[in-house]
Amino acid sequence: MSALLELKGVSRSFGGVTAVHEVTTSVRQGEIVGLIGPNGAGKTTLVNLVTGVHRIDAGEIVFDGRRISGLKPHRISHLGVARTFQVVQPFPDMTVADNVAAGALFAGGGASVAAARDAAYEHLEFVGLGELADTLASALTLPDRKRLELAKSLAIKPKLLLLDEVNAGLNSREIDDALELIQAIADRGVTIILIEHVIKVVLNLSRRLLVLHHGELIADGPPDQVVKDPHVVEAYLGARFAARMRGEPA
Amino acid sequence: MRRFDTILGPLVVLALLIGFAFVGDNYFLRLATFMLMYAVLALSWNFIGGMAGYPSFATAAFFGLGAYCGAILQKAGVPMFLSWAAAGLFTGVFAMLLGRAILHLKGHYFAIASLIVAEALREVVNTWTELTGGGMGLNLPVLQMDVTDQARFFFFAMLVVAASTFVLSAVVIRGKLGFGLSCIKQNEDAANILGVDATRYKVFAFVLSAVFVGPAGAIYAGWVNYIEPADAFDVLLSVKPIVMVILGGAGTLYGPVVGAFAFLILEEVVWRNVLTFHSGLLGLLIVLLVLFMPQGLIRVTARRLFRRTAAP
Ligand SMILES: Nc1ncnc2c1ncn2[C@@H]1O[C@H](COP(=O)(O)OP(=O)(O)OP(=O)(O)O)[C@@H](O)[C@H]1O
Ligand SMILES: [Mg+2]
Repeated sequence: MSALLELKGVSRSFGGVTAVHEVTTSVRQGEIVGLIGPNGAGKTTLVNLVTGVHRIDAGEIVFDGRRISGLKPHRISHLGVARTFQVVQPFPDMTVADNVAAGALFAGGGASVAAARDAAYEHLEFVGLGELADTLASALTLPDRKRLELAKSLAIKPKLLLLDEVNAGLNSREIDDALELIQAIADRGVTIILIEHVIKVVLNLSRRLLVLHHGELIADGPPDQVVKDPHVVEAYLGARFAARMRGEPA
Repeated sequence: MRRFDTILGPLVVLALLIGFAFVGDNYFLRLATFMLMYAVLALSWNFIGGMAGYPSFATAAFFGLGAYCGAILQKAGVPMFLSWAAAGLFTGVFAMLLGRAILHLKGHYFAIASLIVAEALREVVNTWTELTGGGMGLNLPVLQMDVTDQARFFFFAMLVVAASTFVLSAVVIRGKLGFGLSCIKQNEDAANILGVDATRYKVFAFVLSAVFVGPAGAIYAGWVNYIEPADAFDVLLSVKPIVMVILGGAGTLYGPVVGAFAFLILEEVVWRNVLTFHSGLLGLLIVLLVLFMPQGLIRVTARRLFRRTAAP
């Protein structure tokens, strides 16, 4: 299958800090790719570069056969790239439905505010927030806010969805629910890049892992191989986890 | 109920205002004209400040620009209505260029940048004596009408501008633009990611906050017959609309109108009784508003009436 997203030597630094350094990789249509890396590895920055929130210093980003590096965020979202924020970003004084309607109206091809609201209810049903459609977004619990982020992203009818630690702060039950939902989104044909801290979460869904460390891509492959990769073990997983991995049958 | 809310209510107010023009005496006509002018300023500021959440202090700049544009054109022999329309066009284009330059700034930085514009324009007008009369001010051609007819004429002129601003507000608030501005106000990064062209929307809101203020300034100039820089670019022209909108309810359709009305009454009472304490009281009012009524009169009374519980 053809590549949906291609990164070619993408770099970005902030002042003296190199946040992302010459990252080259590609994601195929229909994949669920896990992106992991320790704190400050550059994961969120990579999302910001793909979505146009930050400009790249060097390299090129191609989405769906089209160069998107240099485009503004709203243009990129119109092309079908959606993301969730590591720190959830609702419109607090709007209803849950209107939060989602915004995505449908502006990037999801909604014809009118009314049509966008109709579409919003469908997305809310899908993520399991149908009953809360008319409450204010600021009144939601954290797990529900995460669901809302997902519904907003879906409303723009994405081809590619970047999920920046959607599972952070959730308990294991809530994580299971969220993963089920992410799988359901993937089943609709949406390509997903799943960014996580907790490697276990990614292992459930992805057949391919990318590992960032100090802004560099140090591993790319199937989870069982990546996890054994000496660079990864050293840089990210640490000695303790490595020992535990060895103790367990593969 | 909804029809009453959107069409009948404003029409009744309009009919009352028109009827009022033929029964009110000159004093009340003057007050009502000020009220309409305040409504224009408040409704206009609501586009950028109330809907988009950008605290603009540029209203005085737009007002002064419109006043001088209208006055200069009229002195040059341009017909009055045409000069008012030109004032709107000129202020709108000015706001577009200014908006592109300063709307990437946020919060206090934007507020200060917009505040400086009026000061800078006032200096320009002060120095450019050949065109503007400088600090001496500018006299406008006097209308050949009796006093009451004149008062009525300017009342109706202001009414047309106020009604236009209101109608456009109604259209914007219910439409895609208003929705986008509300997203920008609540979270600009999230708005961008959901496909809102925030830059374009903000510039649009800024232009809307200017195009009616310009003609209001030009009409004001004709009404009072004489303008000077300190009057036309008075910083209070930037501050008052903000107070009115917060008083009435920011981002709502009726809030700015209610706020303008309440403010005028307050101002009139204070002006008559405690003349010297005027700006002191304005400051006090701002503090009280921010502390106790950040939602505005519209929402406070609505909540009382319908006993809706406040969201957390
Ligand atoms: N807007 C910014 N301005 C300055 N420095 C930044 C900015 N964004 C990221 N950085 C820096 O770039 C580096 C990578 O940060 P980034 O947020 O991408 O890491 P991350 O992998 O998402 O980390 P975490 O797991 O904590 O979310 C860090 O050193 C961070 O301080
Ligand atoms: Mg991060």
